[in-house]
Order: sequence, then structure tokens, then C-alpha cells
Amino acid sequence: MRERALSVGAALVLVVVLPVLNALPAESPLHVSDFTLNLFGKFLAYAILALGIDLIWGYAGVLSLGHGVFFGLGAYAMGMHLMLEIGTQSVYRNVLPDFMVWNRVTELPLFWRPFYSGPFTVLAVLVVPAVVAFVFGYLTFRSRIRGVYFSIITQALALSAWLMFNRNSLNLGGTNGLSGFKTAFGFPLNDPATQRGLYVVTALALCAAYLVCRYVTRSPVGKVLVAIRDGETRVLFSGYSPAAFKLFVLVVSAVLAGVAGALYVPQVGIITPAKMGVLPSIEMIVWVAVGGRGTLLGPVVGAVGVNWLQSILTTTYPDLWLLVFGGMFVAVVLFVPDGVVGTAQKMWSRAGLRRPRREAAAAGSGEPAREAVESPR
Amino acid sequence: MQEAAAVALGKSGDRKVLPLLEALREGSVSVRTMADGRKETVIVGDKVSEGDKTLVPLFGAYGREPLIAPDGKPLLADVAALQEVSAGRSLRLALRPLIDAFLGSSQLADADPAVRKGAAIKIGNAGDAAPLPALADALGKERDRWARHAIEEAMALIALRTGDESARVAAAARLGELGSASGLDRLRDVVAETAAPAALRHAAQAAIKRVERWALLTSAIETIFQGVSLSSILLLMALGLAIVFGLMGVINMAHGELMALGAYATFVVQGWFAAHWPSAFDYYFLVALPVSFVVAGAAGLALERGVIRFLYGRPLETLLLTWGVSLMIQQGLRLWFGAANVDVTAPRWLSGGIPVMAGLQLPYNRLFIIGLAAVAVSAMYYLLFRTDAGLRIRAVTQNRGMAACLGVRARWVDACTFALGAGLAGLAGCALTQIGNVGPELGQNYIVDSFMVVVTGGVGKLLGSILAALGIGGLNKIIEPSLGAVYGKVLILVFVIVFIQRRPSGLFAAKGRYADA
Repeated sequence: MRERALSVGAALVLVVVLPVLNALPAESPLHVSDFTLNLFGKFLAYAILALGIDLIWGYAGVLSLGHGVFFGLGAYAMGMHLMLEIGTQSVYRNVLPDFMVWNRVTELPLFWRPFYSGPFTVLAVLVVPAVVAFVFGYLTFRSRIRGVYFSIITQALALSAWLMFNRNSLNLGGTNGLSGFKTAFGFPLNDPATQRGLYVVTALALCAAYLVCRYVTRSPVGKVLVAIRDGETRVLFSGYSPAAFKLFVLVVSAVLAGVAGALYVPQVGIITPAKMGVLPSIEMIVWVAVGGRGTLLGPVVGAVGVNWLQSILTTTYPDLWLLVFGGMFVAVVLFVPDGVVGTAQKMWSRAGLRRPRREAAAAGSGEPAREAVESPR
Repeated sequence: MQEAAAVALGKSGDRKVLPLLEALREGSVSVRTMADGRKETVIVGDKVSEGDKTLVPLFGAYGREPLIAPDGKPLLADVAALQEVSAGRSLRLALRPLIDAFLGSSQLADADPAVRKGAAIKIGNAGDAAPLPALADALGKERDRWARHAIEEAMALIALRTGDESARVAAAARLGELGSASGLDRLRDVVAETAAPAALRHAAQAAIKRVERWALLTSAIETIFQGVSLSSILLLMALGLAIVFGLMGVINMAHGELMALGAYATFVVQGWFAAHWPSAFDYYFLVALPVSFVVAGAAGLALERGVIRFLYGRPLETLLLTWGVSLMIQQGLRLWFGAANVDVTAPRWLSGGIPVMAGLQLPYNRLFIIGLAAVAVSAMYYLLFRTDAGLRIRAVTQNRGMAACLGVRARWVDACTFALGAGLAGLAGCALTQIGNVGPELGQNYIVDSFMVVVTGGVGKLLGSILAALGIGGLNKIIEPSLGAVYGKVLILVFVIVFIQRRPSGLFAAKGRYADA
């Protein structure tokens, strides 16, 4: 019950309280500035992504180092629509986006055209990452690539995607990416009310993502996923097809990443290939690791917490951030393998309080011993 | 007047006139009045100030001998007492070809074959008929193969431009035989010349075909060479990764940063030599090789003893942990050495290359890296398959528990192997300084590629790693020219995924009955 109360409370604070505080007059001591709200909007978009990673890593035990790609695909899909919405208000007063004029592209490339339509864009945000994840996952899982092999291949995917999106010839803005958006679905982006609306949409999407993940993890599919994490070979021998389940969870988590990207773009106002490369992809893993994988609250806490810390540290001690970040990796892996939320749950249960429910039990079981036993080499 | 005199001097062919012509162009010729009232033309040297006077040393106009004062010291004169001979623009323009001709003919007789070759190429590109006799003369004496080639090419180029018809036809044919890339444009000009006789145009066309075929051959060989050299870098990197991964199942994401440590160690050694022992600077690299091995090896040992040993059997955690370490090393390097690339000078004996055929030179630094990779692989083979230590390593790799029961100190073997792998990374970093930039992000550029090598080659299989490195490096260089580096990389990823479809555990799978292999 405790966890449910906590989640509902957190959801209420995020969805209702923060925007209301933002709407208060600026003199009020409880006022939350537009900047802070916008920052939190970004964090919450990240949290959606982190939920997706948790689903595949925390529950199914598949470590993907390429989720930046799915995030980027969603973000670029949304970015393309916003880019086309600018129309002739751009610097060059051309129907084409500025970077195309700059690159001497005279006609809108074919694959850009459908993005004039809002509904198509929303569909693309969901479908494009899903299709990419499906094809990639099908090829890799079918040949039983797993463990670190899968991680390395996904990392190569992130690298390739980053390299490709950096090319001007792809007509997606090259290194500078897509930026300079004016409106989102007709609402002016520089209006605080629009930003507040985007924030609320993001917060609601996060709640929805949370519920979806909760549903998935508590369903029989979720049980199989945890079983795959704990002993894939046994699941295979029991007559299940781990590849199919892993493919499913990869697609779901890619869609969540795409949604996160799509919500990120209008709030931050820019998407570049730098957001989908190797480093950002692995940063996302740290959010989940810090927050606590195998719990649903963990990734949300981790994504918001780590990014908050980052935004504080990079403004005050920019040199130190990477050291702290690297240290966080080491410390979490060595000392807090369950993450903040997982450890807190354990402490609750040790203190003889009401035992956390199934999730905590799933997260708490000793992963290391299991793997050591299973691999004979 | 002046110009006519200068040209006359130039045509005299007297080498002692050259300093005067050069000085004229620089504007350092003056006229001085001697004690007895006679006037003399002199060349003035660099200014020195003494008190409020500015003095210049004087040199004779003919042959630039230093003039000596009666007291035996170099003769100094006050600038104010000299009358400068000014050289106008037209004179300077007239001087230039004269000086060039002098320099060209003198360089054709230089002791260094590379200088002789350079001079011949320059003369050939200028296409002036005047130095032709000098070239023919030089050709008669020339022993060096590549200088001969350059001289012949220059003569043919000149003949093609200035000779009569039969000479031009012969020159065109000769250019074709020489496979002259620099003659290609000239030959094309001849083909385009409507006034040229048919025989000449035919000869030029045939020559163009020959040259193009030759160019194709050289570029093919060059591609293969570049592929091999890229492969050997990948191999140097992957070697360390592969033995660590094979032995301990540890994915070392910090491998690239260990490589960067090796590169920076080379930089530091170079700096030390420059500061304390400049006379032996050329040999700093021989010291840097073992130093970078030791530095990276020590860092690897610290890493293994410090953190990794707590995480055996948890590959994903190790992956994350080593990535964290890599970020910290990277940032540490950035804070210590600065974010910009540092400059590592190549020792003289590694610059230049072996000319193998016309239009193709194999650089020494690449050859060195190929050699280093070959030595490293042989050493690893010897170590793993011919020594007791290697036997222990293989035993632990195959069955850790059983090896430990039989008295092998598995943990100790782990630590040593990890240090060895790290040392190999350091060595790779040291070698990389000779062909690429050294910066904090050095390791990132190669890490994904070398993981591809490990994955394709199969875990802990030396032969697999070698073949995979050759395959991926070669493929990269073959695809690159047609598709560009980016799509080349992407295509290789696709290729690796498809390959793994066929052979899930790499080229050489471990034979056994492991369900989880």
C-alpha cells in the first residue's frame, strides 16, 4: 500500500501541484519559475525513457546501450513536424527549413512531406522507433545474441546512428540538428502557458507510461521477463521463446523512448545527433542504475535526480561533472547495486515494516550469484 | 639595364653569382665607398645594434665571402653609410626564374636523392626547355632509381611541351610507360588540342590509358596497405580486450582510455627528452614504447585490484563500472593535459617512407605499426602456448574452478592477465601517436570498432581476433572510397550482425557442451 500511496502522491505533485504553483503570481513565495517548470518537464521526459530502459534492463535483464537512438528517432520525428510548422517565418523566409536552404536543397525531400500532418507525426513518433527496434531486435535476438554481446552491438548501433545523423546528406540538419521551432500544433512555444501545457502533457504521459509498465510487469508476461533475466536457458527449456518476449519488451521500451524524445523536443527547443550517440545512451543507463532497476519508481527518481544534480553541477563546477558522473557509475555498481529506491525498499522491509510487494522481491534477489552459477566458464 | 645585366649574369651559369641574385631579390645588396674613395658592391648581413648605431656585416658580391676588417674580425659597416641597391618589381620578377634555374641545377647534384628527385619534379612541372641539357646530364650520373624516374618524367614532360612532333610522340609514349600521374593533365591537354597531329593524339590517348591503369593498380595496392595498417591498429587494441574478455568475461570499456594513457605517456616521455636530452630526441620513441606499456599496465592492475575483482561473473556490471572509470580517466586527462590535442612529434626515422613503385610510397610509421602488431601477436602466441604462465592462463580460461583446485592461483592469473591486456592497450596508444591525434577522446574513436573485432572473432580466440581485425579493417578501407567513412561503418555493423546470425559465438566458437556459451 505504501508504494501505491507514494506513487499517487508523487503523481499528484507532478501533474497538479507544480503547474498550479507555476501559475501563481511571481511575487508569491511558493511560485515556481517558468525555467524550473521547463527543466522539470525535460526531466520527466527523461523519466519516461528511463522507465522504458528499466523495463528491458531491470526486468528482462537485457542491457541496451543504444536507447539514445530510439529517443532520437522520436525526437527527430517530432522535430521535423515542428520544423515544417515554422513555414515561411524562418530566417530565409522560405518554405523549406533553414538548413536545407543553406545546403542548397531546393525541394522538400519526400520523407519529410508526411510530417506536415500532425496525426501522422504522432503516429511516426510511436511507430518509427518500434519498427527500428523490431528489425534490430529480431535480427539480434533470433541469433541468440545476449548479455554483453547484445550491449556491444547496441552500442555500435548508437555509434552508427550518431554518425549517420551527423551527415548533411541525410537532410536532417547534420550536426546542428533541428531547432528554431516557433509553434507546436499551433500553440506558440515562447508562451509560458504553452510550456505549462507541455509540462502537464509530459507529466500525464509519464503517469501513463508508469501504469503501462506496471501492467506489463504484473502480467504473466512480466513474470516470464523476470524469469528470462534470472535464467534464460531454463525459460527456453521450459518451452517459452525468450527471443519473442525480449523482442516485445525491446519494442515497448523503444516506443517509450520515442515518446520521451517527442516530448523532449518542444520543451528544449532543439534536437541534435549528440543526443543519440554512445555517451548519452549510456548516461540513460546510469539514471536507471542510480534510481534502482527492477523497481518502477527507481528510474523516475533516478532520471530526475541525476539530471537535477547534473544541471546544478554543470553550472557551478563544470569540470567536475564528468568525474562525479563516472564516480557515480562506480559507486552505484559497487556499493548500491539496487539503486536508491531498491535500497530504501530493502531497508523498509528489514526494519520489519510492511513488506514491499512483488517488485521489491524481484529486484532484491541476488543477481550476481545467479549468473556466476549459470555460466560455467 | 639592371634586368639585362641580371639576365646576363644568370646565363653565365657561374654558381658564384647565385648569392648576389638572391640578395638582390631580398633587397640586401648595397654599395659602399671604400677608404680610398672607390666604390664596391657588397651584400649586407643581418643587422646588429651597437650603441645608437646599427651595424651590418658585409660580404663580397661575388661568392658571398665574408669581408674581413684589417684587425681580422668580420667587417662591420654603419647602415647609414651604405647606399642600398633597390630592386624594382620587374627586376625581381626577372630574377626569379634565374634563381630557380640555378637552384634546380644545383639541387640536381645534391647528395640527398630525395632533394634530387624533388628538383627534377619541380623542373618538370615548370616545363621550361632551358634545363633540358642539365637534366640529361644528371640522368647520366644518377644512380638512385626514384630520382632517375623523376628526371625521366621531367624530361618527357618538357619534351611533350616544347619538342617537335616526333619528340612529342615519343615523350607521350614515355610518360605512359612511366605511369606518370603528373603527366596526365598534360596528356589530356594534348588530346584536346585540335591542331595536334593525329599520331600525337593517338600516342597521348594510349599513354593516358596506360597511366590510368597504373594509377588503378597503385591505388589498389595502397588500399590493401591501408587496410592492413588499420587492421593492425585494431588488432593491437583487440588483442588486449580479447584476452581479458576471454579469461574473465570482463568487458573493459576503459580499454580505450588505457590506450589514451599510453599515448599521453609517450607525450610525457617526448617532453622529457626534449627538455633534458635533446641530442637523443630521435630515440625517445624507443623509450616511450616500454614506458607506455608499463604505465597502462600499472593502471590496469590498479583497476583490477581496486574494483573489478569484486565483480567477477557479473559482466554487465563490469561493463558499466569500467565505463564509469573510463569517464573519470578521460576527464582526468582533460583536466591535467587540457582538452586540446597535444602534439607528439614523429622521430625522424619514422617519417618518410619506402617508395615501392611509381606513385606509391609506404610510410614508415604505418609499416612500423604493422610490424609492432605482428611482434605483439607473436609474443602473445608464444606466451599463451609455449610458457607455463600461458598454460595457467589457458587453464583458468577453460575452467576456473578446476584450475583453482589444481593449485593455480586464479586471482593472481586474473590480475596479471588484466595488467597484460592493459599494457597492450598502452602499446597501441603509443603506436597511435605516430599516425593520429592525441587527445582525451583518443580511445573513444577506436573502442567500438575493436569490440566489433572481439565479437566477430569469438571470445578469447587469438586467431579469431586476428582474422576479424583483418576482415573489419580491410573491409573498412575497401568500402570507404565508394561509400564514405560513415556509411562504411554502418555497413560494417550490418555485416557483423548478419555474420553473427550465422556464427553466434564468433569465427571460432569454443567447443563444448555449454548451454550458455
